[in-house]
Amino acid sequence: MARTVRTAPATNVRVNAPTIFLASALASALPLALVGCGHRDQPQTFAAAPPESAVGTTKIHEPEKLWSIETGKTDALGAPLRVACVTCHTLRVPNALPDKPEELKEFHRGLQFDHGNNKCGSCHVVGAQDSLRLADGRTIPMRDALVLCGQCHGSQLRDYKAGAHGGMSGHWDLASGGRLRNHCVDCHDPHVPKFTPSTPVLPPRDRHLGPPVPHEGGPAIPRLSQAGSKGGHS
Amino acid sequence: MSAAHDEKQPRRVHLKVLGATLGAGAFAYAMAPLRAWTKNISKEEFLQRHYKELTREELAKVIQRLEAETKRDYGRDVTIKDPKPREGVEFGYALNLSVCIGCRKCAEACHVENNHDRRTNNSYIRVLEMEQGSFDMERGNVQYDGPVPKPGKFYMPVQCHQCDNAPCTKVCPVQATWKEPDGIVVVDYNWCIGCRYCEAACPYHARRFNWQKPEIPAEQVNPDQGYLSNRIRPQGVVEKCTFCLHRTREGKLPACLEACPTGARVFGNLLDPNSEIRWVLEHKRVFILKEELGTRPRFFYYFDV
Repeated sequence: MARTVRTAPATNVRVNAPTIFLASALASALPLALVGCGHRDQPQTFAAAPPESAVGTTKIHEPEKLWSIETGKTDALGAPLRVACVTCHTLRVPNALPDKPEELKEFHRGLQFDHGNNKCGSCHVVGAQDSLRLADGRTIPMRDALVLCGQCHGSQLRDYKAGAHGGMSGHWDLASGGRLRNHCVDCHDPHVPKFTPSTPVLPPRDRHLGPPVPHEGGPAIPRLSQAGSKGGHS
Repeated sequence: MSAAHDEKQPRRVHLKVLGATLGAGAFAYAMAPLRAWTKNISKEEFLQRHYKELTREELAKVIQRLEAETKRDYGRDVTIKDPKPREGVEFGYALNLSVCIGCRKCAEACHVENNHDRRTNNSYIRVLEMEQGSFDMERGNVQYDGPVPKPGKFYMPVQCHQCDNAPCTKVCPVQATWKEPDGIVVVDYNWCIGCRYCEAACPYHARRFNWQKPEIPAEQVNPDQGYLSNRIRPQGVVEKCTFCLHRTREGKLPACLEACPTGARVFGNLLDPNSEIRWVLEHKRVFILKEELGTRPRFFYYFDV
């Protein structure tokens, strides 16, 4: 009986009533077995406990390196014309960084910026466009932006490190497999970090409240393609 | 006296015959839906025993039959597994209300992952748009539309709370629903009689009833299925969120968590002191919904401090 209670609480309720009834009526354990509680009380079989050492690793998604920027012009075929970063950044002598993107005379002019009182030089480094500048003057590679963001957003970085901020995919149990975690910039545009409002997907179709929607055999959830795209809010 | 008595006899006989005919007719009429229903159910399915009583071989046969039926009805080869609870694992889920934006991508991921009926947009997750300053779930609006998030509102996704003291499992007259050792409340869809008592008992509106056989185009059927979770449910049974046990018992994250673009969802093993879920429970302002009912949920809401 004790075994049943420990492993299968739900069956316990079912077993108790006949147990009490039979015990009081017959005062013997033998009829109980004959009546057939037998295989009904099979203890739940457990899978093996996860091994001690973790095999999976947590990776932070590395955002794609930006090689070129849009010029706002189109080529002869109508495709947007992009220009590689190195076209200018290797040849020209860099000017001092301006305070706001509006002060730029040539490239990066359409850049939207809404991120507190930061200036371009708060994060960027003159002459090293692949690097970022920490508050103490050290430079770090662009992909380590987490450290840079964490200088101000400490509570978010704390939560992120604890696994309670930022989306992820893969395994909760690292003994079973790895996990991929979003980078800050997968969801937040560093220049405009606030989420822009979006239209919710999959509106509920209540049997009584919603209008009847004919089923045409096609994909019933047209916005499905957006579900997989992380950071579509920038 | 005797003549009058004789005259009455034929009338009585007629009335008896008439009554018997009407009675038989009414009985046949009343049983008609049952006969129509039994056409769709095989003898094996009718005689199938409760999940917990099935031996390993019997369950393998049942699963084989279900896979063949899915192939026949939906035109898709599927694999139905029966992953068991793991020793030393009890699942918990937490949701950060400070960052949820109400985009309903979790509900959509659930819809796709769990083979829900495409016509009704069914999902185990219901996202409520709530007035700031109130937790009255009954005043939450599920019919909201974009753009979200709206000022003055917050968004609260509600799904099965996998209660330790689950009202739904207690009211089931046939014990077709129960709590597993890893904390997940499951339904044996082939044992459920569809009385919907559990649906009425659940204070979180977490259970759904299959009014019709789910309609899913073959290419949209998720072939990775579990007997107690996302296999395509028959008509007339109750279904519910199982924390995606076909994924989570193999160590994967639930589909709703992977779909969340804000990272509002945290899932893990409550028994592991180093897990993310334990960190949230120990460091955040956590609350449970309708605490006063004493349901002891395994689903927690929290706010950023």
